[in-house]
Amino acid sequence: MTNMIETSMTEKRQINTPSQRSGPNLRKWGRKTPWFIGLFLALALALASLLPLYWMIIGSFKIQTNAMAVPPEFWPSAPTLENWQKLLFGRSPTWRWLLNSIAVASISAALAVLTSALAGYAFGKKDFPGRKLLFWLIIITMMLPKQISLIPLFILMRKLDWFNTYQGMIVPWIAYPFGIFLFKQYMQSIPNELIEAARIDGAGELRTFFNIVLPLSKPAIGALSIFAFVAAWNDFLWQLILVTERNMFTLPVGVSKLVSNLSNYNLGLAMAGATFAFIPMLIVFLAFQDYFVKGITLGAVKG
Amino acid sequence: MTLAKRMWKARWAYIFLFPALIPFFIFILGPLLAGLRLSFYEARLAEQTFVGFANFVKLAHDEAFLQAIKNTFIFVVVVVPVTVSLSLFIALMVYPLRSSIQGFFRLAFYLPVVASGVVLTMVWLYIFNPTYGLLNYLLSLVGIGRVEWLGRTETALLSLAIVVVSWTLGVPIILFIAGLAGIPKSLHEAAKIDGANSWQEFLHVTLPLLKPTLLFILVTQTISVFQVFIVVLLMTRGGPANSTQTIVYRIYETAFTFFRFGYASAMGVVLLLIVGSVAVIQFKLLGQEVQY
Repeated sequence: MTNMIETSMTEKRQINTPSQRSGPNLRKWGRKTPWFIGLFLALALALASLLPLYWMIIGSFKIQTNAMAVPPEFWPSAPTLENWQKLLFGRSPTWRWLLNSIAVASISAALAVLTSALAGYAFGKKDFPGRKLLFWLIIITMMLPKQISLIPLFILMRKLDWFNTYQGMIVPWIAYPFGIFLFKQYMQSIPNELIEAARIDGAGELRTFFNIVLPLSKPAIGALSIFAFVAAWNDFLWQLILVTERNMFTLPVGVSKLVSNLSNYNLGLAMAGATFAFIPMLIVFLAFQDYFVKGITLGAVKG
Repeated sequence: MTLAKRMWKARWAYIFLFPALIPFFIFILGPLLAGLRLSFYEARLAEQTFVGFANFVKLAHDEAFLQAIKNTFIFVVVVVPVTVSLSLFIALMVYPLRSSIQGFFRLAFYLPVVASGVVLTMVWLYIFNPTYGLLNYLLSLVGIGRVEWLGRTETALLSLAIVVVSWTLGVPIILFIAGLAGIPKSLHEAAKIDGANSWQEFLHVTLPLLKPTLLFILVTQTISVFQVFIVVLLMTRGGPANSTQTIVYRIYETAFTFFRFGYASAMGVVLLLIVGSVAVIQFKLLGQEVQY
């Protein structure tokens, strides 16, 4: 079933790519000129979009005087590893920040996916009193700005004495409304016959879920793991207010302290920090690109 | 069947729900309701006193907060239409390309999304520097003089808007491309047979069929842009002269610098009401074709 959805999507895509590519006659070129201009603009925008990232990486190899050079150096005239040395082997616990981020993001994602899959199954495949009400509650909180719950959550953490702890950074992610929504949408499309067949074979509720439903939901699990991981990794505001101890900073919070509004902060070091914080996300994106795309489209258009 | 019996019969549903619902109530819904309640209290770290609507009355005369509301609206009104139209434009241009080239564009616009606000804000702070920043240098090549991007009230908010647009395009582009892929080719052909030019085809075939996608993007973008925060914190701290104060930045400062929890919660409620009503208006105006 899930494969069917995928193939039908790729088919559509193939059907829709233009067949005009084969015959370049003059009239077609004339018709296409506006498109070429537009495409050129889009390309310019794409390069502009990549430019800050390029600037960041290049900047991380510049010493302060070169980083402040006018006109700017598009390639460092005297490339240096000084910033990277300072960042990775200097006084700030950068590696610890990286570990903190990995721990927080991966535990958050694992818990979020597990609870969401279970709840999504209940919402998608079972009928029970309170189903509509609970689902709408979850959807509404998904749409609402989080800031209003931030303060009571902060007070709660104070009571629990969970400042500067991993559990404090993780708990807001255990229940993941977007995940519940996505799993519900996805699991609805699993044919009932498969679930009933398992039951006739004598499988209990848990076995049905773990042996039939979960394996069929792999694309949703993949997409959501990535999403939750990235979201928890970038949960900057919460981590910023919850953690004051330098050793417990996450990577984004830690490196954010490298810049200041004063103009004389160490630019190269700041760019090295930003690059270092970017690398894990880059790896995750390159490794799981398809899941990103799937997750985004699954969450939006599937009714 | 009585309710209790129906619930017993559906007990497995509740068992499956349990691991998500308990943390949902404790860490999401509970705090949300507590935040609503707190907005009617004068609350600091330890003590809480009920004050009725006093916080809201005070907010109505709070210059910095009113400025923050105004700025946030300007921000949304600039960023959201620019984001939506740019991403639609890019999607339309890129869509006819073969998928490997589409992949390059997706990478270019999606990398800033995954790079996270913190990382990009740090870079942009460097790029915006009036003396040695890249932007002023590039502008000087076309004869535009030195601009104090973040240092002047006229340009500071605009600068933040540029930054936010730069990391927001990725998701809408992916959604628009998926939406375009969902339009049956026969409709495009029918339009061509009827003699429609590309522009008419876009206006009468593509755009109406993209409406659900468009609405979804519009609503989600509006909700998220209303919550602009990291750029303000790391680039301007609301300055110069309150010109980049935004609602969420006010909430952050009020709550976590001055520890005025009740007052900050009232700001949160105002944000909630604004975002909620804007989303409802958007749904009303554009129809309800987005299904959940």
